[in-house]
Amino acid sequence: MTTPDPAKPRETPLRGVHEQLGASMTEFAGWLMPLRYRSETAEHQAVRTAAGLFDLSHMGEISVRGPGAAAALDYALVGELSAVPPGRARYTMICAADGGILDDLIVYRLAGQEFLIVANAANSGVVLAALGERVAGHDAEVTDQTAGYALIAIQGPAAAGILGPLASVPLDGIRYYASQPATVAGRDILLARTGYTGEDGFELFTPAQDAEHVWSALAGAGAAAGLVPAGLAARDTLRLEAGMPLYGHELGPAVTPFDAGLGRVVKLGKPGDFVGRDALAAAAQAAPRQVLVGLLGGSRRVPRHGYPVLWNGQRAGEVTSGAPSPTLGVPIAMAYVEPAVASAAGDAGSGLAVDVRGRAEPARLTPLPFYHRTSSRT
Amino acid sequence: MSIPENLMYTAEHEWVAIDGGVASVGITDFAQSALGDVVYVSVPAAGADVTAGEPCGEVESTKSVSDIYSPVDGEVIESNPEIDDDPGLVNTDPYGAGWLVRIRLADDAEPAGLLSAEEYTALTKEAE
Repeated sequence: MTTPDPAKPRETPLRGVHEQLGASMTEFAGWLMPLRYRSETAEHQAVRTAAGLFDLSHMGEISVRGPGAAAALDYALVGELSAVPPGRARYTMICAADGGILDDLIVYRLAGQEFLIVANAANSGVVLAALGERVAGHDAEVTDQTAGYALIAIQGPAAAGILGPLASVPLDGIRYYASQPATVAGRDILLARTGYTGEDGFELFTPAQDAEHVWSALAGAGAAAGLVPAGLAARDTLRLEAGMPLYGHELGPAVTPFDAGLGRVVKLGKPGDFVGRDALAAAAQAAPRQVLVGLLGGSRRVPRHGYPVLWNGQRAGEVTSGAPSPTLGVPIAMAYVEPAVASAAGDAGSGLAVDVRGRAEPARLTPLPFYHRTSSRT
Repeated sequence: MSIPENLMYTAEHEWVAIDGGVASVGITDFAQSALGDVVYVSVPAAGADVTAGEPCGEVESTKSVSDIYSPVDGEVIESNPEIDDDPGLVNTDPYGAGWLVRIRLADDAEPAGLLSAEEYTALTKEAE
């Protein structure tokens, strides 16, 4: 293994596949990643109606193992990881002592003394360092596994039908937010039923050297069912429609989980101390400073990250993410607004606008998510 | 990446075809490829005066929004009536059905500062 050159973006084990497919590549969080292969709108729609195949190898994978691993994570994170049964996973966060969000995470409990933490690419260094400090004193070991894994996601209503025949275990036995060791196309992987698209789907933690084999097997098996490779552009509009927050947009060090409407991930009732407890206990009691809302654009000009939200002509918030929604056909956005706006603007439905590059474009509040799949979850 | 020999270009990635004192304008294949799927195009209505080098419209794609700069001085005489309903024409046929506006040149002199296909090709190579 070579040490990454900080001047050059890191490449995933699937770099050659993307090149063959003619992907448009982009640098994202220090990695060279596929932005789109052809039309990002078509990729988005394929995930909604059939399935998409994603390379998410930029995500950080951090292993925490040892007799003290569960207690260490209860202290390091805001969730109660010791209460998660082996084979299950949790969406959780790691916060600073002041309650600000350092990252949002999915933590898979692989065994009683073994956890796999998936961090955002841009934050994996911060998360790794924070875990290293916070685990000290517990009998547990923290290691960065990012370079060893390719993370391949297959997402969409056809995903289970495509993956099933290639997998060594019945997919019906893997519930949403569960994982299981399995072979796929003959290679040993960790198979998880998680995703970031609002659809049913799976994430395959694949040894780097098996990544091309597994990707090709899935691509070949799924082509007839409408599976297409999908890039980061489609991933972003899919997660936005599904109302899922993104670090650097809805989440960040100046935001607590309560600000983001995700206070449910903070387990104040868990035994023992944890980093951020005092600040988060106070935040749980305090009136919210801001409220995360969904906006539907009233014109074709798109509210984007950083654009001011206006209420009766006055600045009353800021857009955190926005895009033209392929599913709804209108611009959608998430925004932090003053609490009074979130309650009052819903009644009248007027007076709300977004300053889109100097011109106020009408907008209205809508409940999140923008899109909810109709079929039931396993 | 298609860069037709018979067109003129700007550093802002517009193409220009001048015929009989009227400039047809669109965005280049390079530009549409960089933008991704175009979802909305705003261009000035017929009768609007435009100035070379000044923003006169915008192109919204999934990921970003970009200004359109007028490549010439003149008066808009027509905007593409198909683009409003089908902005994807900018992606599928940037030099043909995806044209944006026609501008009557303010004077008969050849507009200054436009790039040849060769010069524009060099510019896109630098950008890559």
